[in-house]
Amino acid sequence: MALVNNRFDDQAFRMSEATAGDFFALLKPRVMSLVVFTAFVGMVAAPVTINPFLAVVAILAIAIGAGASGALNMWYDADIDAVMTRTVSRPVPAGRVTPHEALTFGLVLSVLSVMTLGVLINWLAAALLAFTIFFYAVVYTMWLKRWTPQNIVIGGAAGALPPMIGWAAVTGNVSFESFVLFLITFLWTPPHFWALALFKSDDYERAGIPMMPNVAGAASTRRQIFAYSLLLAPVGVAPWLLGYTTVGYGVVALALGVGFVWYAWKVLRMPDSDRVMRPAKALFAYSLLYLFAIFAAYLADSVVERVFALGGA
Amino acid sequence: MDNEMVTLTDRQKKARRSRNIAIGLALAALVIIFYLATIAKFGPAILDRPL
Repeated sequence: MALVNNRFDDQAFRMSEATAGDFFALLKPRVMSLVVFTAFVGMVAAPVTINPFLAVVAILAIAIGAGASGALNMWYDADIDAVMTRTVSRPVPAGRVTPHEALTFGLVLSVLSVMTLGVLINWLAAALLAFTIFFYAVVYTMWLKRWTPQNIVIGGAAGALPPMIGWAAVTGNVSFESFVLFLITFLWTPPHFWALALFKSDDYERAGIPMMPNVAGAASTRRQIFAYSLLLAPVGVAPWLLGYTTVGYGVVALALGVGFVWYAWKVLRMPDSDRVMRPAKALFAYSLLYLFAIFAAYLADSVVERVFALGGA
Repeated sequence: MDNEMVTLTDRQKKARRSRNIAIGLALAALVIIFYLATIAKFGPAILDRPL
């Protein structure tokens, strides 16, 4: 008799109640939107163009690959997601999707996205996407996250790679310009996540994740946030200093960088007794605006430069 | 014998329908993507073949 014809109360054989929306939530859509945007900027910033339809396919494959790594992350981290207020309603800890479903979904989409990018675009971009998925799901999620307070510093490389993948998809190689785009997101990640970790330290403590405030203390974290902000601000301006963009981008990046340092300074000055931590929350919100705005400025600069180049041709 | 059969709840039926529609749309999208991408990659050369 076929398995499905029997009544099983065992969870392993339960009939799924997961909707398509639950599987979509496994892709971490908000993170995916950031990946799509930065990868798109990498593609537009590249000195050559590809067929617009193939560009859309490349963006889609990169987005699905990033989503797949999110699903693998949610499969592996279901135990700690279940004890954190920020993540408790995710599909796996909430019981809407089983860990096995999340794992299968993540693996299938990983293979599909890498193969699609390789077959239809090029294999360097596909290799970078495969590396990004591996780095996020295995190196960050399975190893660094529960082991070291430097987890998001090193793991940030995975989130920073999409502009390089976008660049590689168009040009077939990587360049120092695409590396600078990588560096902006890479240096942005620690102050962004440590600001969150400051006002969510109870959550991380409960889950046993060694985030910087829980290991080195709030004061040390505030100093490190400020140090990374001092590094990020000039790197944000670097594309103009290196001649990749016009002065327009340089001015916007400088203003955004000064703003970042200002918010980080307010976090640095935050007293230990502050339980509400408004400066940390303000920095977290500003950091999201910063990343979007600096990449939007890069995009606008690249488009304007291209339009002028066409006009002059 | 009826007791041995799985009877899906309304919620399970609704969820299965939602998943089926999503898989169907995804497969259709893949077919269209690979079809159009093949034409885009080959360009006019796609018509250039020995008769």
